[in-house]
Amino acid sequence: MKLPKFVVEKRSHLPVWLRVLLPVFAILLSFIFTSIIILFAKKNPISAFYNIFYGALGTRLGLMETIVKTTPLILTGVAVSLAFTGKFWNIGAEGQLYAGAFAATWVGIMKLPLPSPLYILLEIAVGFIAGALWGVIPGVLKAKYKVDDVVTTLLMNSIMIYLVTAVLEGAWRDPVTSWPQSIMIATNAEFPKLVAKSRVHFGIVVALVAIVLVYILLKYTKLGFEIRATGSKSEAAHFLGINTTKTIILTALISGGLAALAGVGEVAGLHYHLTENISPGYGYTGIIIAMLAGLNPIAVVLASFFFGIIITGAQYMSRITGITSFIADVVQGVILLTMLGMLLLQEYGIRRAK
Amino acid sequence: MEAVVSMRGIKKVFPGVIANDNVNFDAYRGEIVALLGENGAGKTTLMKMLYGMYSKTEGDIFVRGRKVEINSPKDAIDLGIGMIHQHFTLVNPFTVIENIILGMKENGIMLKLDDAKRKIQDYMKRYQLYVDPDSKIFQLSVGEKQRVEILKVLFRNADVLILDEATAVLTPQEAENLFKTLKILKDEGKSIIFISHKLYEVFEISDRIVVLRNGKVIGETSPTETNIKELAKMMVGKEVIDIVSEKSRKVGNTIIKVEDLFATSKRGHMAINGISFEVKSGEILGVAGVSGNGQKELEDVISGIKKPHSGAIYFNGQNITGSSPKNIIDFGIGRIPEDRMENGIIGEIPIYENIVVECYDSKPFCNAFFLNYREICKYAENLTSEFDIRTPSVNFPLRTLSGGNIQKAILARVLSREPRFIIASQPTRGLDVGATQYIHSKLIEARERGCGILLISEDLDEILNLSDRIMVLYNGKVMGFADKSELSREEIGLMMTGTKKEALNEVA
Repeated sequence: MKLPKFVVEKRSHLPVWLRVLLPVFAILLSFIFTSIIILFAKKNPISAFYNIFYGALGTRLGLMETIVKTTPLILTGVAVSLAFTGKFWNIGAEGQLYAGAFAATWVGIMKLPLPSPLYILLEIAVGFIAGALWGVIPGVLKAKYKVDDVVTTLLMNSIMIYLVTAVLEGAWRDPVTSWPQSIMIATNAEFPKLVAKSRVHFGIVVALVAIVLVYILLKYTKLGFEIRATGSKSEAAHFLGINTTKTIILTALISGGLAALAGVGEVAGLHYHLTENISPGYGYTGIIIAMLAGLNPIAVVLASFFFGIIITGAQYMSRITGITSFIADVVQGVILLTMLGMLLLQEYGIRRAK
Repeated sequence: MEAVVSMRGIKKVFPGVIANDNVNFDAYRGEIVALLGENGAGKTTLMKMLYGMYSKTEGDIFVRGRKVEINSPKDAIDLGIGMIHQHFTLVNPFTVIENIILGMKENGIMLKLDDAKRKIQDYMKRYQLYVDPDSKIFQLSVGEKQRVEILKVLFRNADVLILDEATAVLTPQEAENLFKTLKILKDEGKSIIFISHKLYEVFEISDRIVVLRNGKVIGETSPTETNIKELAKMMVGKEVIDIVSEKSRKVGNTIIKVEDLFATSKRGHMAINGISFEVKSGEILGVAGVSGNGQKELEDVISGIKKPHSGAIYFNGQNITGSSPKNIIDFGIGRIPEDRMENGIIGEIPIYENIVVECYDSKPFCNAFFLNYREICKYAENLTSEFDIRTPSVNFPLRTLSGGNIQKAILARVLSREPRFIIASQPTRGLDVGATQYIHSKLIEARERGCGILLISEDLDEILNLSDRIMVLYNGKVMGFADKSELSREEIGLMMTGTKKEALNEVA
């Protein structure tokens, strides 16, 4: 018997329907892989996924929690998308998030006598600047000295997280409980709640505004064009008169600032104080979101919501079925891998040989 | 005589285009058959089907009389068919030997590098393909890399060799050496399929010429039956005349002055050794020379992407030495780069953005922050029709256009800004006859408007036809200047190989 042969060919163009379907395939494929793992644990994967979605969307409380989790993910997702568009490989959204949280706490615990809207604006501004400064260091190193940005951004995460830990174990340790966490920020520095009897806060507005601004930035502005051109081919962009050094630095600056806003929201909108583990890896999930969304800011919202569902639903599912909620991390990891596989399919097609 | 390779009724359809239509093509033992046609005529597509890189839509392929299905290059290699691509497929950090034996079934678990080396050296001697077998690929010149590619194919016992635009990257001397090798191969009974759009070389080396136009075979001929003019007509479909410019009558003030310029190459040695020259407005100064004698560095320094070691460049009397590309553009200097796919365009972004990439930050294309895409698209649409850039829409990524249309887009970008000086490097390399004529006429038009042009080209005919004055470079030094028609082709050839103009009489 002759087996059918398959041939891999480079695509001459990518149909739009495929561009939309590939992330969906990636998600389905990751569900199948995850199901196999659940089966090994002698549990029912269908009930597991049903409970993830039911837990995240089926109840009012669940839906609100999903939105709460979606909020920081949108910001880290769009931060990474912007950076990757300009080929600044920012793996440092986690550290930048902590920089933002750190700065927002600093402003918040000063207990300034400011009207609430002004105080919130100040927190956002200082948080953004903190993340931008943290993000611009690897940007400058890349643009001026060609230092590998993957390494610097990744390693700077540890520096920032341990810096926060050091301050929380020392100067900022809560004097009453003596736990390694900061005191509460001022009441007038808290983000307002948007929905009664829920934890949904003003951060989601900040996140959606950021999405719109980044969309406009990339699509309609000079800087956006420079970022896209530099990301597309930096040698040519340089030859053609674009200041690529400046563009890379600005990309790093904005990306770092956006990721930091996620941290600002977690402190000022959700916890009202700073803890050592204020982020369960939102910065890293942002990378997966950016890939899943194909670096498109609008799609980032959908991808973030999807991950919000997985993270929120996994906890509910765990309580009901007894499967550990770490399965959410497995889903995330597998999606990243399947999506990277799907990106290959964007460039290459497979057909049956005649 | 039975054909080694026979392609019958071949059709290839890409989405929206018929690349090959009912093509019949044969290659026989011991011949060099040229596949001649303009860019986009379907030559490479046809051969990629023979080499298993593309699938055919219709038709049959026979190898040594047997009907075959070739689904991958591996199938083709097993059938004794090898292809040398325009862009090399070598592993840079590996040595020549490692590259040649890479992926061969016979390798086994332990590599027998010494055996391979001996065998490779035999091949080198037999086919005059000399390369140091222990060098790493990145240390080699382009010509040497191509020799490695040919060795790779021969090492796999190919007796049908497909060469895709093999001379496009070679110096005239390297091309001569390649032709010698091809003749040895032919005498051994191998079949050579030589894809080209250069009439002269096809005429020089082929036994048989198959002409393709718009994906169809237009006819078959041989150098003994035809002449270059007829062949050109067959290829293009109409009479072709080389554009030869009259000497400029409106030479004005000095627009660019280069003084005692020194610059290093990427590898770090001094590639330009103290050259001085001037270009006046309304004249074309042609730079003749074998590639690698400082032309690339001269282009990079004037374009602003390389800082000179010493020396000065004046534009309109103003010292612009070491300016950034942005400043160079803003001074009103137009640049048509040699490496147009690497430097000239940002392939992934749309045509309209590529057209304005040098002026997007000025009125009316932007305000303080936003780009005015309506103006940009209108501008790009006007230019695509003015410069006859063939594209269904300016929204397409520029890389999707053909080579000739990409170069027209670069030309449109440069000329639309009415530069006072243009540096054009290899402006027609790899382009078909039609596009070449078009670009030549546009350069002459710019000169008539008073623009000064520095024309760097490896194509001596291009230099002789267009230039008002010629500067010959050798080893980073100026061998001399010549007015239009002052020196013969042979005399310039001598200067290109290191004879100073003053010494020409002694040599002759």
